[in-house]
Amino acid sequence: MSTLTVWLRTFQLAGKSLWMHPLRSSLTVLGIFIGVSSVIWLLAIGEGIGRAAQEQIASLGAQNIMVRTVKPSGDEFQDSGYGLTRKDYVRLLATVPTLEKVIPIRITTAEFRNHTRVLEGRLVGSTPDYAIVTRLRLDRGRFISDADIEHERNYCVIAAETAQRLFPFGEPVGRQIMINEEFYTVVGVMKPRAPSAGIGGSLAAEEFDRDVYIPITAMWRRIGDMNVVIKPGQFQRDIYEISQLTLRVVDRDSVLPTADVIRSTIEVAHDLPDFAVTVPLELLEQARTTQIMFILFLGLIAAISLVVGGIGIMNIMLATVIERTREVGIRRALGAKKRDITRQFLTESVVLSVTGGALGVLGGLFCGPLTLLARKGFERFLPNQWEVLPALIKTVEPSLIPWSIPLAFTISVLVGIIFGVYPAARAASLDPIEALRHE
Amino acid sequence: MTPAVSVTDLGKDYVLSGETIHALRGVSFDVPLADYISIMGPSGSGKSTLLNVLGCLDRPSSGRFMLSDVDVSQMNDDQRAEIRASRIGFIFQSYNLLPALTVVENIEIPLYYSGQLDPRSRVRCIELAEMVGLGSRLDHRPTQLSGGQQQRVAIARSMVNNPEFILADEPTGNLDTATATEILDLLDRLNRQGRTIIMVTHEHDVAQRTKRAIVLRDGRIVSDERY
Ligand SMILES: Nc1ncnc2c1ncn2[C@@H]1O[C@H](COP(=O)(O)OP(=O)(O)O)[C@@H](O)[C@H]1O
Ligand SMILES: [Mg+2]
Repeated sequence: MSTLTVWLRTFQLAGKSLWMHPLRSSLTVLGIFIGVSSVIWLLAIGEGIGRAAQEQIASLGAQNIMVRTVKPSGDEFQDSGYGLTRKDYVRLLATVPTLEKVIPIRITTAEFRNHTRVLEGRLVGSTPDYAIVTRLRLDRGRFISDADIEHERNYCVIAAETAQRLFPFGEPVGRQIMINEEFYTVVGVMKPRAPSAGIGGSLAAEEFDRDVYIPITAMWRRIGDMNVVIKPGQFQRDIYEISQLTLRVVDRDSVLPTADVIRSTIEVAHDLPDFAVTVPLELLEQARTTQIMFILFLGLIAAISLVVGGIGIMNIMLATVIERTREVGIRRALGAKKRDITRQFLTESVVLSVTGGALGVLGGLFCGPLTLLARKGFERFLPNQWEVLPALIKTVEPSLIPWSIPLAFTISVLVGIIFGVYPAARAASLDPIEALRHE
Repeated sequence: MTPAVSVTDLGKDYVLSGETIHALRGVSFDVPLADYISIMGPSGSGKSTLLNVLGCLDRPSSGRFMLSDVDVSQMNDDQRAEIRASRIGFIFQSYNLLPALTVVENIEIPLYYSGQLDPRSRVRCIELAEMVGLGSRLDHRPTQLSGGQQQRVAIARSMVNNPEFILADEPTGNLDTATATEILDLLDRLNRQGRTIIMVTHEHDVAQRTKRAIVLRDGRIVSDERY
């Protein structure tokens, strides 16, 4: 005999029986559909969130360590300095062998002038590597060079918007701008750059488009360590030598031990908690665990909905078995073995769950566009609530995990089998003669 | 020659709320090949019980039941199912067709369980439907057919595996006389082709058309005569 024909007929029969009660079958399928598409969907969203977080952090450089100056609380620092010092910089360079690069950065706000045009922006003093670690790209001219650092030259590189505001009509390279009563020659212009994302409280988001970059040595010499802010009703003076040290470690494995060395090296020289160490790699690992937690949590929800769907199948199958007791009797009289009856009912429950599973996979595939639609709808009809949602939720791009499709499919087959076994066994154990007499 | 069926001292007891009911008490008879037997008797005399045992649906509580040369009383559930599938055709008083299936699909069911289903079995089912005069109703459902037509489908179904035995429990019980006659004509034809038929009935006219009548009372054979 042909096994294929038998199986074909078995499925055909199951389909036929289920088709006898279209509404009932569809509702049962719906349960599994919801379960399976939520498995795929939630995994995709979990993955999307995780990926976004990882990308953010990876853009900070997994091999980097940032040490920032933090202003301690209290007013007494008006007159004395705080934060990272040139000594710290030198000491780190000299004593930590796993550091490939140490980039000192000092940032203040300043007014930039080109004759009558004035712009307020960030004045960043740093070294040539600054452009590399912050992924700034040059548009024209050149960035600060080692020679500029060595000779403390009054050269500057300006960001895209700075260039646009100060030199709306002409080429800035070769011209001069005035910062803090001194002239700086523009040697390069940067390309526009999207703001970097902050990571919670440990690192603030940064904007780059109104920057002016100068050699840090020039900054120390010409501008000094004092930063004065005078606003109506406010006078603030801050003295610090370095805003941030961005350190690149030789390899990834050394990042975490190096971070510990750096913490203790700087701590020895500081009485106050006036610095903070941020290690993107640590955050990367945190992000990874967060993502795993998220996927587990959503997986739990999906599992619950699948169990509920499975109970739905079991419920329907038990009702079916009772309704079709006579059919079982007839089939047994015509030569069906117990296992034939088991197979028949099990096939039905698997057909139910796999139909739900297949539709669920389809539903899962539409996850991307549907998320977009949901987002648009939310934005449009509940604008106030939308405003307060965290950015991660507002911008998440679900990313379909390929293995979630076979997983969801397997799960739906298993649900069909697990929740179909008991009703099928019950049908098979019916006494043929009693069953024939039923009704 | 070994008889087609041989039962010896067959007993069947039911225990119902602590009370034992002896549905069959020491029934013995032989059935030669191609015989046509009617089993008669008042209601509750054990006719259906006997037929269920002969049809391998039920196991006797005592005694021996030989089908050709195999001892059915020793068989397990699966083995009896195989016998039902390949060697026995059932016809019931209430037809017992599956309402979800068409005429052809109903006829096909036993093939499914005897392991003979293949792409050509459709043709055989259609031939059988034509044989019982339903060639024009292949795709009808049982509810669209009259009682007589349904019973014809049931007869076609009982024939599909080419069984040696046909067991019928009051096959004409639900039919009017004219239709009953048609059905009995059909059974006559099958018997002439060499099939052994055992039929339960409580109507004398029906019994008279068979070759031999066994009468039961209280689970015992009270008469066994050939016409
Ligand atoms: N499953 C059963 N449980 C208990 N008693 C039964 C069962 N089946 C049949 N009987 C009893 O066995 C006797 C014979 O029944 P049956 O063979 O159906 O008689 P008939 O078909 O001749 O009317 C009756 O007394 C009936 O009540
Ligand atoms: Mg009866």
